[in-house]
Amino acid sequence: MSTSAYRATLAGPTVRGWLRRPGLLLSCLFLLVVAVAVTRPSLLAGADPLHGQIGERLRGPEAAYLFGTDHLGRDLFARVVHGARLSLAATGLAVALGAVTGTLLGLAAGYRGGVVDAVLSRLTDVLLAIPSLLLSLAVVTALGRGTVNIAVAVGVGSIAAFTRLARAEVLRVRRSDYVEAAQAIGIPWWEVVARHVLPNSAAPVLALVIVEFAMAILSVASLSFLGYGAQPPTPEWGVLIAEGRDHLATSWWMTTLPGLTVVALVVSLNRIARAVQGR
Amino acid sequence: MRPGYVMTRLAQAALVLWAAWTLSFVVLYLLPGDPVRILASGGLENPDLDPARLAQLRADLGFDRPIALQYLTHLADALQGDLGRSITSGQPVVEVIARAIPVTLPLALASLAVAVPVALTIGLLANAVRARWAAELAFSTPALIVSVPTFWLGLVLLQLFSFRWHLFPAASTDSLAGLVLPAVTLGLPNGAILGQVFARSLSQTLAEPYVQVAIAKGLRRSRVIVAHALRNALIPTLTVLGLVVGNTLAGSVIVETVFARPGLGRLIARAVTVQDIPVVQGAVLLGAVVFVLTTLVVDLLYPLIDPRIAHTAPAGTRS
Repeated sequence: MSTSAYRATLAGPTVRGWLRRPGLLLSCLFLLVVAVAVTRPSLLAGADPLHGQIGERLRGPEAAYLFGTDHLGRDLFARVVHGARLSLAATGLAVALGAVTGTLLGLAAGYRGGVVDAVLSRLTDVLLAIPSLLLSLAVVTALGRGTVNIAVAVGVGSIAAFTRLARAEVLRVRRSDYVEAAQAIGIPWWEVVARHVLPNSAAPVLALVIVEFAMAILSVASLSFLGYGAQPPTPEWGVLIAEGRDHLATSWWMTTLPGLTVVALVVSLNRIARAVQGR
Repeated sequence: MRPGYVMTRLAQAALVLWAAWTLSFVVLYLLPGDPVRILASGGLENPDLDPARLAQLRADLGFDRPIALQYLTHLADALQGDLGRSITSGQPVVEVIARAIPVTLPLALASLAVAVPVALTIGLLANAVRARWAAELAFSTPALIVSVPTFWLGLVLLQLFSFRWHLFPAASTDSLAGLVLPAVTLGLPNGAILGQVFARSLSQTLAEPYVQVAIAKGLRRSRVIVAHALRNALIPTLTVLGLVVGNTLAGSVIVETVFARPGLGRLIARAVTVQDIPVVQGAVLLGAVVFVLTTLVVDLLYPLIDPRIAHTAPAGTRS
């Protein structure tokens, strides 16, 4: 980190500090817009995402229709905005499942050591040996289709990364004197974990949560593109892009613009994750 | 190379395969969801199933036995190369998979032929070019590429190169031209991941004292990179190559769906849709086999690239 950037971090979010990192500023602003889309979609897009006017079908982007209209004359911008909630709810569920399960397993492995650690570490190795998409597909096969099921599937695929990080963090923090002192005066292990290990590991875990959230957006979209998640006419990002497939030759906006929205969000999240890591 | 090291690595590989198979068994047979009902419904959404017939089927397939016994029977079959039969076609899973491999293998190889040059370009651009903007571009491009959904990349390429400019056919399994767009879609993200690692390890290597000495003695930077640094920077890159090759199978599920190629990926996608459990389990096992084989080859290659690596070291240093 350069000296000026370091000073900017020390000074907190000042105007000049923000302006020096325009990418980060844009990323945060975009995230804010997405947050509005999730909580109050009608503030951003007044049009009905489910019913269109057939006379207005397949119109290109213009002032009235920012993202154009689809084959049923529905406003694509409204569908993208209203799709944010379902797509991101599924992503949030997936990351919560992966982060909580993975972190607990990692804490147990790192703190208990011995056989527990050996078994959990080998299990993590195996989880990492199977491509996570294949693992997710196996979970979808067992549970069946549906948005909740693909969220669970993506979550299972991200457990291993959290286990590995949490274990490494515990091993790092454990060696410090104050943790050894806490153990020596007989504080129970779960309290040591809650008081000392977790707060000290917060930054790397938070950064991983953001990175995994970005990855999970892509995975959830992929699984719904393949047809395992939400079904049309429900607006969901993967489904929206899939709907545009039949109109590739004539209506470029139907796949391109929802896809660009996803890319923008993933890029923004990765930028913010880097800032959290202090880079 | 000591035979003992090779034997240990082979045993480890077998262990990982067994564990992957077991994990897929747990996921597919023990998660909530009734495998017998899934098998009997033949992929229909709400099949009208007769309870008596269901019970009969349960007994026939051995699902009424204790789960440990089921597991051991399946494992014994798998060890003899019998992965069960596809519930939709009734053909042995091994045959179904073997028939799809010739379609996917050229795609996988072509995607590697895209990924490796992309990775080399990124790594060299980041380190060998003096212009600052080129280096910054090379360091930031990979992060952008991996932020793009693979299926969307494929659709955008299809839209531009097939429908707008008519350069490549939209769907063609047998021609070489039809392989270009799928291979780029699959290879570009992998090349970005490889390039990221290669660029970082190359710049780390270039900061090492022996490289500084070589430059101080007046060697040209390009010569230093090719003759000294490249070899050392390749080690971490090869490790990631193992992961990337393993991911190719998963990536083919999406790429073959976008480009309508009747290969392994399409087979897996269809099997998931109709909940064809034996085929999906075979696919997961195949994914693990590809990963294990690649890491095995990479591990055996390490000592050839860097003689300093003792034959017992690589397995430990990577965990």
